[in-house]
Amino acid sequence: METAKKRMLSGNKAMAEAISQEMKRDPNVFVLGEDIGVYGGIFGSTQGLMETYGPDRVLDTPISETAFIGAAIGAAAEGMRPIAELMFVDFFGVCMDQIYNHMAKIPYMSGGNVRLPMVLMTAVGGGYNDAAQHSQTLYATFAHMPGMKVVAPSTPYDLKGMMTSAIRDDNPVVFMFHKSLQGLGWMDQLDESVGSVPEEAYTVPLNEAKVVREGKDVTIVGIQMMTHYAVKAAEKLAEEGIEAEVIDLRSLAPIDKKTILASLKKTHRLLVVDEDYLSYGMTAEIAAIAAEEALYDLEAPVRRLALPDVPIPYSSPLEDFVIPGAEQIYEEVKKLLDEN
Amino acid sequence: MKWMYEEMVKIRYYEDQMVEVYSEGKAPVFNIGAGTVPGEMHLAAGQEPAAVGICAHLTKDDTVTAPHRPHHHAIAKGVDLKRMTAEIFGRETGLGKGKGGHMHLFDPAVKFSCGGIVAAGLPHAVGAAMAAKMKGTDWIAVSFIGEGAANAGAFHESLNLAALWNLPLIVVVEDNAYGISVPKTSSTSVASNDMRAGAYGIAGAYVKDNDPIAMYKASEEAVSRARDGQGPTIIEIETHRYLGHFQGDPELYRDKEEVPGLRKQDPILKLKKQLQADGIADTELEEMEQLAKKAVDEAYQFARDSDFPKPEAALQDVFTSEMTKEVE
Repeated sequence: METAKKRMLSGNKAMAEAISQEMKRDPNVFVLGEDIGVYGGIFGSTQGLMETYGPDRVLDTPISETAFIGAAIGAAAEGMRPIAELMFVDFFGVCMDQIYNHMAKIPYMSGGNVRLPMVLMTAVGGGYNDAAQHSQTLYATFAHMPGMKVVAPSTPYDLKGMMTSAIRDDNPVVFMFHKSLQGLGWMDQLDESVGSVPEEAYTVPLNEAKVVREGKDVTIVGIQMMTHYAVKAAEKLAEEGIEAEVIDLRSLAPIDKKTILASLKKTHRLLVVDEDYLSYGMTAEIAAIAAEEALYDLEAPVRRLALPDVPIPYSSPLEDFVIPGAEQIYEEVKKLLDEN
Repeated sequence: MKWMYEEMVKIRYYEDQMVEVYSEGKAPVFNIGAGTVPGEMHLAAGQEPAAVGICAHLTKDDTVTAPHRPHHHAIAKGVDLKRMTAEIFGRETGLGKGKGGHMHLFDPAVKFSCGGIVAAGLPHAVGAAMAAKMKGTDWIAVSFIGEGAANAGAFHESLNLAALWNLPLIVVVEDNAYGISVPKTSSTSVASNDMRAGAYGIAGAYVKDNDPIAMYKASEEAVSRARDGQGPTIIEIETHRYLGHFQGDPELYRDKEEVPGLRKQDPILKLKKQLQADGIADTELEEMEQLAKKAVDEAYQFARDSDFPKPEAALQDVFTSEMTKEVE
C-alpha cells in the first residue's frame, strides 16, 4: 500500500524543476534561448526560472541560434554549465554547424582537454497539425553524429531525472523532449503527460533503456511517444493472450544494447517503432543490432514501423496516416506473430 | 615593442620552417596526406602584426579564438610551442594527442582555441565573454577572423549579441585581401569591416599598412574599453599573406609580382628599424632573434622525437567518463 501521497507533475514542470534545482545547486548553471525567460519557454520547460533566478541567469536571446548555441559552447569551455534551448528541432538547419562541428567535436579534437558540460534541449514530435517544418523528431540525425549524448525521455519522472543527469554530465547532451508529453494547455491532454515526480533531486542514467512492460511473446522497442502507443497496443494484445514486452529506449546515444538483447533472448521477436523517418533511422540501427548480435535468437524477421519517408503533412487524415499509432503497432505485432 | 619584435621573428621563423618541413615526403609527387606533416597547411607569414599587436595586451586569462590559419595567434597567445608542433606532426604529445591537427589547436592553459569552419569561432568568443561577465572578472575575449568570415551569418549574429549584452569582446578582422582566391572587392559590400561596427552601435577601428605599432595602439584602446565594461570593438587590419591560401595553392588569382613587392614592406623589418631608431642595440636584437629561433628549433625537435599515438587511441576521448565533482 502506498502511504505517502504521490505528487503529480506535467512533463514541462518536471523539466523546469530539474533545471531550477540544478541552478540552485550550482551557480555555473544558466539557461539561454528564445522565449525561455519571461515566457517560460514555448513548451514550458523553463517556467518560473526567470522569477527565481532573474535575467542574468535566464537569458532571452534574439533569433540567432548560431550565436547563442555557439556562445553556450564558448561558455561551457570556460567552466560554465549552460542549457541552451533550440525551440523546435526542425530549426537545426540554421545552427547545425555549431552543434555537430563544434559542440560534438571539440572535446575529441582537443584530446579530451576541453570539456563542454552543456545541454542542448529541443522540442520534437508531431501529431498536432503543425506540418513539415515544426513536427519532426529527427532522433537519428543527432544520434548518428559521435560526440553528443542524445536522450528522449517519455515520462515526467524521466524528464526530471534525465535532465538532472544531463546538467551534471561533463559531456554535451542533446535533450529531446516531446511536445505532446509536456502537458501543455494548448495541446491534446494526454494522461501520459502527467506523472508522479518526487520533489527532491534525483538522477536517471543517460545510457539505460527501461523495460516498461514485461512480456514473453514479442519485444516492442519504442521511443518517447511511440513507447506509450506500444503500451496501449500491448494492453490490447494481452486481451488476446499475447504478452508483449515494451522497452522505452530513452537513450539514443549511447544506446543500451544489453536491455534490447536480453529481451530478445526471452521473446525471440522484435518490432521497432519510431516517430522519425524510416530509412537510415533508429529502427534500422536497432534492427541491425538484432541482426548482428541476436540473429539466432530470432524466430521471425524483424519488423519496423516508422514514418514513411515523406515530409510530415498538415491535414489530419494525412498526418494520422503517416505517424504510427497504437492500432498500427497492434497490427504489426499480429503480422509478426503470424510469421512461420 | 621588444616583445612584439621577438614574437614576430618567432612566428615568421616558425612558418618558414614549416614550409620546409611540410614539403618533406611530398616530393616528387605532391601528396597532401603524405610526409612529416600531413593534411592541409595554412600559413600566416606576413600576417604577424594582427596577432602580436593585440596579444601584447592580453593575459592567459583572456580567451582567444582563431580560424584555420592559427599559428601566429597561437604563438602570440603563448600556446605551448612544443605541444602545438607535436600536434601538427600528429604525435601523442600534441595538444590534442594527435586528434586535432593544425586547424584544431586547443590549449586551455592559455585559453586558446581555433577551428576549421569560417566564422564559427566568433560565437565561442561571445560565450567566453559571457562567462567572464557572469563570473565577475575583467577577462576579455578576442576572436580573430579573416575578412571573408565577416560575410558569414555567425559574424552578424555574434556581433549583435555581443553589442546587445555589452560583452567584453574584440573581433580582429585580418584583411589579407583574399578569401582563398576571391578578392575582398568581389565579396564584401563595404570598403572595410570596421564600418560594420556602426550597424551594431559599437566601436570600430581600421589599421592600415600592416603596421604592428598602429595595431598595438588600436588594440590598447579596444582592450581597455572591453575591460572597463564599455563593450565590443571590431578592429580590421590591412595585412598580407605571403604564401598561398594553403601550401600547394597555385595562386593563379594573383600577380606574380605582388608578393615580392609586399615583402619589401615587411612589418618585421619596419619594426626592427623602429627599435633601432629607439636606440635598441643590434646585439640585443640579435640575441632576441636567436632566442626566438631556439624556441622554434626546440619545438620542431620535440615534435620529431615524439611518438605517434597508438592507433586504438582513436577510440578514446569521444566522451569523458568522469562526472563533475559534487558541488554545494
